[in-house]
Amino acid sequence: MRICGPPTGADGHRARYPDPVTIAHAADRSGILPDRITTPTLRTFLRSVPSVDEVGVAERVAALSTRSIKKESKRAALEMIVRMTDLTTLEGKDTPGRVAQLCAKAIRPDPTDPSIPSVAAVCVYPTMVRHAVTATEGTGVKVASVATYFPSGMADTKLKVEETRMVVADGAHEVDMVIDRGAFLAGEYFKVFDEIRRVKEACGEAHLKVILETGELVTLDNVRRASMLAMAAGADFIKTSTGKVSPAATLPVTLVMLEAIRDFHDATGVMVGMKPAGGIRTAKDAIRYLVLFNETLGHPWMTPDLFRFGASSLLNDILMQIRWLDTGRYQSPNYFTKD
Amino acid sequence: MSRLEVRKTYKLYIDGKFPRSESGRSYPALGADGEVLARVARASRKDLRDAVRAARNAQEGWAGATAYNRGQVIYRIAETLEDRAGTFVEQLMELGYTRAKSEKEVADSVDLVVWYAGWADKFPQVLGNLNPVAGPFFNISVPEPTGVVGVVAPEEPALYGLVGTVVPVMVPGNVSVVLAAEGAPMPAITFAEVLATSDVPAGVVNVLTGSKDELVPWLADHMDVDAVDATGAPQHLVERIEEGAVHNVKRTLLPGEWSLRSPYRIAAFTETKTVWHPKGR
Repeated sequence: MRICGPPTGADGHRARYPDPVTIAHAADRSGILPDRITTPTLRTFLRSVPSVDEVGVAERVAALSTRSIKKESKRAALEMIVRMTDLTTLEGKDTPGRVAQLCAKAIRPDPTDPSIPSVAAVCVYPTMVRHAVTATEGTGVKVASVATYFPSGMADTKLKVEETRMVVADGAHEVDMVIDRGAFLAGEYFKVFDEIRRVKEACGEAHLKVILETGELVTLDNVRRASMLAMAAGADFIKTSTGKVSPAATLPVTLVMLEAIRDFHDATGVMVGMKPAGGIRTAKDAIRYLVLFNETLGHPWMTPDLFRFGASSLLNDILMQIRWLDTGRYQSPNYFTKD
Repeated sequence: MSRLEVRKTYKLYIDGKFPRSESGRSYPALGADGEVLARVARASRKDLRDAVRAARNAQEGWAGATAYNRGQVIYRIAETLEDRAGTFVEQLMELGYTRAKSEKEVADSVDLVVWYAGWADKFPQVLGNLNPVAGPFFNISVPEPTGVVGVVAPEEPALYGLVGTVVPVMVPGNVSVVLAAEGAPMPAITFAEVLATSDVPAGVVNVLTGSKDELVPWLADHMDVDAVDATGAPQHLVERIEEGAVHNVKRTLLPGEWSLRSPYRIAAFTETKTVWHPKGR
């Protein structure tokens, strides 16, 4: 079934990362990898990942995107999207006040309509975690923190692990890490794998979402391989993008990742979650992702525990759509809170 | 040698482009003796929604242009309109106007645009004021654009009525979604072509052809429409507009409130901002 070879340049790096380790597998993920893990064994593993038919993916996505969801189904879909949203603020100008405001919105997205559920989580920078934890205490809204020197991830593994420990100690329930794309593209699979594994260890009880930054992975084949690598290394979720690189989440990339999740589940029985993030701004877009998700993984995955949207401006569009369904009047952003 | 006839497709004007209706519908534009002149697009509520969105996106830029610049752009409409005078005369004659009446209406329309163009950098001096206050302050009132205005264009006069409702809305920096006269859609789309070639930024004016009975309720209810010019609405729709306006307190200009050539048409779609500024000594 092997169609594609490893990315070019892989062999040149074999010498630089010679240190094999024997890892104690998370019990549920054993079997998919050999006990001794090195760049060559990982390369063999990734070679077994079938290559992606790009035209087929585009066609499948186009076909599913035409599906029309209306009225009660639309309303149900919109509420589901709200419950699956990671309401995000990742800006250099973030302040504790702004984060508190975001948390208030996360808890009660539309102050005039208590029937609208809270979102799944707020997603913030490490320094904002404790403010978010205070603001969401006792509400069921989780706090996710980006870590590992988000968004570039250009730092030593030790520092990344340390940052992960800090955000978990501050109370983050979920950690969103970025993979080392440079290492992945250079074929240094062991480095990428080991980093994810060590960050996962540092997470402890917290859930780990691994950001592949698909906009920098160039091909869909790479997206699929990186997905498999991240899942094998211990990811609880795989996530498309940081939102800082364009293109961010797209439907084709999401489909490829969903299929990788399905393959991984078939091989190990482990259900890994999915989080498209970045660039999803309208309710219509989000519903397309929902359809794609339901058609690829099906009902057991349709829960906030296994599916999230990373978004900031999406939520208001959803609220506007819900109010439009309720009132029959087209809505204006002027009548919804900004953050 | 005979030529193959090149017939024009009359489409909508949204965001500087000429799309067909998303619904794919059309309706016949009838001449004076009931013959079908063309089939024109029949806009749906979704086209209206798209037009409002395009208008909203264009609002800040148009309002931010200097008054002098807006005047120049509107004057440019007059220039382009003058160029297309022949087409408008023909289209009005198809609707049953005599040649003399058609030519007069087109000429009057061009003059009306020039007249409104002149107002662009003058109306703030008429509508604004330096208010006398008891204190060491300048107290200044200035007119600002209302925002997105829905214009229900009158059926009669076909071109002068359109120009006299659309252009004054533009003057202070408003953007508009225009429901063209149902019985005279072709001059409206030709006027949209004039706008498209006159330096008017995309989205500042959007023109929809179709059924007023169908579209007016959606326009009246739309929360992102800040005002409605009901000049061309029949009585039952005027009431519907006033009902819809309740939800977000839309400004409404009722039919017959001001003539088509009046600075108060400009004033109707402005808000007054008052600022206090210390005088010092």
